[in-house]
Amino acid sequence: MIFAGINFPPIAELLDWKPIAFGSTAFMFNKIAVLTLLSAAITLILFFVAGRRQQLVPRGIQNIMESSVDFITNSVVIDVMGQEGLAWVPWLTGLFFFILFNNLFEVIPFIQMPATARTSVTIPLALIVYVTFIVVGIKKQGFGRYFKSALVPSGVPVALLILLVPIELLSTFIVRPFALAVRLFGNMLAGHLLLVTFAVISEALFVRGIGLIVLPLPAATLVVLTGYEIFVGFLQAFIFTILTAVYLGESLGGGH
Amino acid sequence: MHSMMATIIAVAANVNLRKGLAELGSGLAYGLAALGPGIGIGIIFGQAISAIARQPETAGPVRSLAFLGFALAEALALIGFVVFVLLKYTG
Repeated sequence: MIFAGINFPPIAELLDWKPIAFGSTAFMFNKIAVLTLLSAAITLILFFVAGRRQQLVPRGIQNIMESSVDFITNSVVIDVMGQEGLAWVPWLTGLFFFILFNNLFEVIPFIQMPATARTSVTIPLALIVYVTFIVVGIKKQGFGRYFKSALVPSGVPVALLILLVPIELLSTFIVRPFALAVRLFGNMLAGHLLLVTFAVISEALFVRGIGLIVLPLPAATLVVLTGYEIFVGFLQAFIFTILTAVYLGESLGGGH
Repeated sequence: MHSMMATIIAVAANVNLRKGLAELGSGLAYGLAALGPGIGIGIIFGQAISAIARQPETAGPVRSLAFLGFALAEALALIGFVVFVLLKYTG
């Protein structure tokens, strides 16, 4: 039997986009840059339109945006940071919606690329959160006391501290930003590659006309995986936001 | 000792052998990286189900904590996936 070969595109074609402007310099502007700007613009426009003619009983888009802000306030800030975290709700809401729209671009036809599947988007986000929680901790608790509360857990015998402080240093100041960036990047990259795999299989079966009897299987899997990718997009945006809130809460209050 | 050095030099010099080892390593990397998080996620959600079954009024916070724990455990499996992609396509 002769099997038609599946033409899986090389990974460079899936992830490296051609520059639109300023090609081959550090300021290269390509599809990923367009998508991140579009996500920020959509977030701004959504909240601006929702807040324009505010009514006491919200209707329509104001209702949706108000329930989103309520979701962030209740699930992310109050549960994790307590009352003093309420000042951070606007920033966390913006962060959540920015990451959410970047993730949702994966399933929108003709765009179909999650901007967060490139580390050039997730690493700056993780760095912003990293610098923020360190600076907030230093400002709130003072330089020495912040590092003491972050690195030295309370109620530990002094002899164990020699072992524990390097571990806490590694875990808090080195692993956290790295894990934030890689978690978001890995989830979105894996989802993108899964969708591409099943789309390529479905296209190969459909176009070549060989083995059409099994075409419903990859096609149905593609539909199910698209739904799953929407869920993962929401979940990863929520996880990034709630972990940011946890780190900020530790910087502000220093444990419950 | 001399044969070990000879093997290492032969491996380093042979491009096809290096590429083959990279492909092998990439497969092993993800396979081994998925073991621990698989067990961990099962434990997390099992405990979450027990907690909700014991006290249904704490379902909200328990659900949030379960998803938080899931994402932290999943991150390790995904770091393995990133290692796979790095080894296979750029190694």
